[in-house]
Amino acid sequence: MTEPVSIAPAPEGPPLSPENAATLVQLQLTRKDFVSDQEVRWCPGCGDYSILAQTQKVMPDFGFPKENIVFISGIGCSGRLPYYMNTYGFHTIHGRAPTIATGLKAARPDLMVWVITGDGDALSIGGNHILHSMRRNVDIKVVMFNNRIYGLTKGQASPTSEFGKVTKSTPAGTIDHPISPLSVALAAEASFIARSVDTHTEHLQATLNRVGWHHGSAFVEVLQNCNIFNDGAYREFTDREVREDRMLVLEHGKPMIFGKDRDKGIRLNGHQPEVVTIGENGISEADLLVHDEADPLIAFMLSRIFWPEFPVPVGVIRDVRRPTHDELMTAQIDTAVAQRGAGDIRRLLAGGETWSVE
Amino acid sequence: MTITTRRPVDVQELDRVTIRFAGDSGDGMQLTGTQFTRTAAVFGNDISTLPDFPAEIRAPAGSLPGVSGFQLSFSSSDIHTPGDAPDVLVAMNPAALKSNLGELPPGGALIVNEDAFTQTNLNKVGYASNPLIDGSLKSWNLFSIPISTLNTRALEGLGLTSKQVDLTKNFFALGLMFWLYERSMEPTISWIDEKFGKRPMIAESNKRALKAGYAFGETTEMFHTTYRVPAAHLPAGTYRNITGNEATALGFVIAGQKADRPLFYGSYPITPASDILHQLSTYKNFGVKTFQAEDEIAAIGSAIGASYGGALGMTGTSGPGIALKSEAMNLAVMVELPLIVIDVQRAGPSTGMPTKTEQADLLQVLYGRNGDSPIPVVAPSTPADCFEVAFEAVRLALKYMTPVVYLSDAFLATGAEPWRLPDVDDLPDISVSNQTEPAGFHPYSRDPVTLARPWAVPGTPGLEHRIGGLEKADISGNVSYDPDNHHRMQTLRAAKIAGIADDIPDLQVYGPERGDLLILGWGSTYGSIRSAVERLQADGKAVAHAHLRHLNPFPKNTGDVLAGYRRVLIPELNLGQLLLLIRARYLIDAVGYDRVRGKPFRIAEIVAEAERLLAEH
Repeated sequence: MTEPVSIAPAPEGPPLSPENAATLVQLQLTRKDFVSDQEVRWCPGCGDYSILAQTQKVMPDFGFPKENIVFISGIGCSGRLPYYMNTYGFHTIHGRAPTIATGLKAARPDLMVWVITGDGDALSIGGNHILHSMRRNVDIKVVMFNNRIYGLTKGQASPTSEFGKVTKSTPAGTIDHPISPLSVALAAEASFIARSVDTHTEHLQATLNRVGWHHGSAFVEVLQNCNIFNDGAYREFTDREVREDRMLVLEHGKPMIFGKDRDKGIRLNGHQPEVVTIGENGISEADLLVHDEADPLIAFMLSRIFWPEFPVPVGVIRDVRRPTHDELMTAQIDTAVAQRGAGDIRRLLAGGETWSVE
Repeated sequence: MTITTRRPVDVQELDRVTIRFAGDSGDGMQLTGTQFTRTAAVFGNDISTLPDFPAEIRAPAGSLPGVSGFQLSFSSSDIHTPGDAPDVLVAMNPAALKSNLGELPPGGALIVNEDAFTQTNLNKVGYASNPLIDGSLKSWNLFSIPISTLNTRALEGLGLTSKQVDLTKNFFALGLMFWLYERSMEPTISWIDEKFGKRPMIAESNKRALKAGYAFGETTEMFHTTYRVPAAHLPAGTYRNITGNEATALGFVIAGQKADRPLFYGSYPITPASDILHQLSTYKNFGVKTFQAEDEIAAIGSAIGASYGGALGMTGTSGPGIALKSEAMNLAVMVELPLIVIDVQRAGPSTGMPTKTEQADLLQVLYGRNGDSPIPVVAPSTPADCFEVAFEAVRLALKYMTPVVYLSDAFLATGAEPWRLPDVDDLPDISVSNQTEPAGFHPYSRDPVTLARPWAVPGTPGLEHRIGGLEKADISGNVSYDPDNHHRMQTLRAAKIAGIADDIPDLQVYGPERGDLLILGWGSTYGSIRSAVERLQADGKAVAHAHLRHLNPFPKNTGDVLAGYRRVLIPELNLGQLLLLIRARYLIDAVGYDRVRGKPFRIAEIVAEAERLLAEH
């Protein structure tokens, strides 16, 4: 059986300009055009290799000349990704990549800006910036590698580590409750939220494609294996033999069905989700919840369910369109120029009350 | 009501008058002071102001912490400071009297709103008896006036609430001061009409209060003399009144225009820097983009991002914000992008005294970062100088591809003086080019003269490259842990900034080039030091003044200048920061004079310290 890959096309037309789409045809870029000359230096077997490969693969899809694409990262293993992309890249400081991306996008709305981050970078030291970039709908594409551990500093608990997890910094188990990245993104008003898995390459590629086409703040959590400090963190539901029974691949407008035999589904019992089997107790497909990428209540429910109580939802959880930060900023400037005329520095200097001394 | 005739009184001509308005923070003292300042400026006096207000928006009414003051000095000659001590104190309540009386010299005029001296208000500030009647004010020239009563009577029939009436009593006091100093009410009346045009009743009440105060001066027998301060002989030109923060905002906008770069300002609200954000946000028709960030770090991060994209990226804050921005300032050092960091200093450490001035961030902006991290530092010396120094900061940032710290302070930020408008055509073109040629492009190759690296902005075909906070290999800019490369890069970064010394003017000396004493300063102490030196020179002393605009690097002739004097005195509003730098760098036995009271120096105390040094052998 093939991997369940079923990401629907964007509900609205491509937000990027048709001129760029035309350039795409002429450019004929391939994955190789996006591979830089730098040697990749993640640990052998790291999930980051797959994320890098899928990212490089989807880049030609958007029709953007590579000089108009910028990858901005923070600190952590994920932060090295920009060095390996043959685009513009900026490896910044811990947690602050969204701030640099916000300023860049404000100054240069013409650029396609990606932010590469990790669970520690985005949700611990940079938590504030993730929140505010999302609420502003800054047109950036945030790819958060979630390996539930601090890898670059050699194995301390992260904000997504399971409660009680024993790490170098928590020998008696962490007493900090983990945070749900998707719930955070939703609470922060992100206009696009998705989840995928490093080893689920086709799904990851399709998800990154949707991320790239989104206009506004996009947040994608990529469940990523750190084979050195947290090996097998997601194995229970991502292994090939079990993934179809333990992951729920979302499709907009389709009932939430999963399982090797496509016979299980999610239904709402009152306001509580529950797993049901089609054909048992008179349950049919019509009883199942239908995914709607614009419904915040469904999105919140999906952000709260996880293995082992539920299959792990992957795919696009939310996709809505609202004006972006740079669009609103540009509109205010255009309005000011229309109302007051382009700024005149002589008039500006002489603003307020002046007097002459002969 | 127009005043056409004046009661015959003596008119005394004065060179200079210093007035302090003091009242509750809800009494409108800042507005009153500002209106008097505008009127004096438009008349042609030289002016200098010192607003002094509490951090609390509305401390409990009538309390000592709630006192808000505004001191202004206006003169017929060139002045540099808002005056050591007021000649006239206008006190609107007992708290204002109690907290300001100590600075009014004996014999000074004391104009008091006696209606506010109720038992409750006296108790609030610990007056056991009413000072207006117990004889304790006999050293001063007391004018005890029932301002509230008179003002209420003047506004009768307008149908206002007693609270609305009370809010206008500051204009009564202002009107009285206008009469006393022979000033026209017209500028203030036009201002009222413009400000309250849509609320005619409020406009009318303020105008009536103003005119009633004026008329009171005219009719009462209380005052026997009015005072006349003739216009100053300022250089010819068009002038406006300007505060440091206003001049800062204007300087950066115009520098952006002259650099042909869109200006991006990322900032987080903080006293006393917020006004720069407010003002820049009104310049959208100049293409200025302002961004109120979620915190200080995001503010500087966004500015770095904008610079990376080819804009003129700027951020502004005060000392506590600089502490938060340090790591990102270092990122800008490492990636060698232009960036302006404004620090409007305030009294520290920690939250300190947010509305009070100090110069204690110098060492922080020079050395408060990990690693050797050279950043040029410039500091304006007067409110109007903020314009020129802002322009200079941009010139350096672009030409040398470096963050630049612009070190203002609370006194400059809110203080005002007349400013002769520059001719925009005289301002130099400070634009720099982006790298566009792919052939031979290396992200960390350097201009042979300035050592600046190329500015290769995203969107430029063929220049795709990666930068970041990790150490760079010389020329290629790739990540490098090579020991010798790190040493070379550290040396190059330091040499680039040190080389700016070849591109800045020499340190100028006011006074003899050799002599007994040089007083060296930087920043907002300019006015106090210059006035002190003028006084000492008039006394025949061989004393000179030099003032540093560039704090890093220092002008090349600094050592030579210092060597010309027997003693070097460095007054600072900190505990000796420039002193430490000068002693370390030039190995001279300079001495410091420091006062950190949240206020500018008094001229007299610098004079006294200089005289003490001159008397030493």
